[in-house]
Amino acid sequence: MEELIYTKTKTIQPGKSSGFCPGCMHDTIIKLIGEVLEELDIADKTISCTGVGCCGLFMEYIDYDYIQCAHGRASAVATGLKRGNPDKIVYSYQGDGDFASIGLAESISAANRGENITVIFVNNGIYGMTGGQMAPTTLVGMKATTAPKGRNPEEHGYPMHICEMLDTLTAPVYLERTSCNTPANVIKTKKAIKKAFQNQIDGKGYSLVEIVTSCPTNWGLSALDSLDYLEQKMLPEFPLGVIRDR
Amino acid sequence: MERVLMKGCEAIAEAAVRSGCRFFAGYPITPQNEIPEYMARRLPEVGGQFVQSESEVAAINMVYGNAAGGVRAMTSSSSCGISLKSEGVSYCAMARLPIVYVNVSRGGPGVGTIQPAQQDYHQATKASGNGGFRMRVFAPATVQEAVDMTYAAFDYADKDRNPVLVLADGVIGSILEPVVLPPQKTEEEVAAIKDSKSEWAAVGHQLGSRAWINPGGWDNILYENCNKDADAMYQSWADEAEAELYKVEDAEVIITSYGISARISKSAVDALRAEGIKAGLVRAKTVFPFPNKAYDAINYDICKGIVDVEMSIPAQFVDDVKIAVDGRAPITTVLRSAGNMLSKGAIIDAAKAML
Repeated sequence: MEELIYTKTKTIQPGKSSGFCPGCMHDTIIKLIGEVLEELDIADKTISCTGVGCCGLFMEYIDYDYIQCAHGRASAVATGLKRGNPDKIVYSYQGDGDFASIGLAESISAANRGENITVIFVNNGIYGMTGGQMAPTTLVGMKATTAPKGRNPEEHGYPMHICEMLDTLTAPVYLERTSCNTPANVIKTKKAIKKAFQNQIDGKGYSLVEIVTSCPTNWGLSALDSLDYLEQKMLPEFPLGVIRDR
Repeated sequence: MERVLMKGCEAIAEAAVRSGCRFFAGYPITPQNEIPEYMARRLPEVGGQFVQSESEVAAINMVYGNAAGGVRAMTSSSSCGISLKSEGVSYCAMARLPIVYVNVSRGGPGVGTIQPAQQDYHQATKASGNGGFRMRVFAPATVQEAVDMTYAAFDYADKDRNPVLVLADGVIGSILEPVVLPPQKTEEEVAAIKDSKSEWAAVGHQLGSRAWINPGGWDNILYENCNKDADAMYQSWADEAEAELYKVEDAEVIITSYGISARISKSAVDALRAEGIKAGLVRAKTVFPFPNKAYDAINYDICKGIVDVEMSIPAQFVDDVKIAVDGRAPITTVLRSAGNMLSKGAIIDAAKAML
């Protein structure tokens, strides 16, 4: 007798595949979100408000409600949606260019109002879809197509630490930074995502999970080498852990 | 029917609430602050939500999200603030979301002036955002019309699944006038309107039947077809253009205008008639679709000329008037700008000069 030990989350359309680059962690995160929605039994009342960039590529294959937002505006869109449908589960899914650059005002303001939403903020330190331009989170010295000699603090400033910035606000209830670079961290990320959704179900308020990821394609590294880079360079700049849990 | 004395901005907000609007997001800018201020106290009374947004950009995107969830949603601003909303309005047009927004317009370009003006005509009627979409645009000339047009705007938005713009100005927004308010929709009616959108709205669905609020993507055939469908809808509106024809039949000179300028123009027509000069008025009530057919009511055998009156320099409305008149009469303009009001005398002089 065959024993089922693993199956794909039902929140992904049958027969569809992700289309992300090899080594990209977006598909891992989308899978984790889907598993959490199933485990909490909320997939049929959840709406994803998704940013622009690689973070938006999953619109073609998830099977629950989806709003494609203008670049950077997903936290504002989620605000409007949740205010009109407080019994639904609303999350925004945003990359670092989307959340921390073009959408910074909308992102911080939604957190400051303490909107009862869940935010999944994916930080790979670079613009992926447009081909490797510098992001607010690009590391010092890290090369980007718009910073060909690497990020220079005198010209470009320093990487932006979103969780720590949001930690200066009173309203957010949960801020955690995780990664998906090891199986253990994938499990921790899933736990963090689950907590961020459970907080919304419980009406607690604004929860954000920042997930530090790699971009092998635009970092110019193999998938495996990008894991080493993430471990050695990204995580010292963006240390993992719970920043706030109220 | 009971008449009440109301300021234009507050009357617009009350009309929206009565039409079932249950969400408003906006950012302060003169001369429309009374709309968000009114909504901040009024919407909670009917179970609605008001958000003072961090910017006009955020406001229109909150409205985008709220309308995506099936609620009747509105925002308002003035001129330079409307420019900031153009991104979100364009997204609403592509995603086919019904929203209503109000421009209580002021001087421009740039920050312009805070006084009334009509400098946003082309923006309102031709390019309210990227991508060449169109919207119904209503141009009230009285507070009563602002009320009636705002009330109807929500029905049009839902019918079309498209943004609708009420193009007012600082005079209409600030003036106190008696109005008859339309009936308040019951909570049952408001709920039924929301329920009617549940199939396409992002309110949660069983796996396999998701709602997808989609302002564009990678499928070039799909999105060309979306544009074709939208274009067919825009063209279908042509017969629904609205205009007021006032003493046009025997007119030897026609004054044409819209909004507050048309109101001054109408008094100029009366003054000219009192002098025995056969003047008439063609007033556009919708500026998109433009009421081209209204200009066919002019008797071009006796009409010696048309005076285009607008509070914009350079003239903008006149471009649509030229298309409608199609060379059948000479056209001149009477213009003010930057918050300076038109004088009846200048219109009268221009009309006489055409004879």
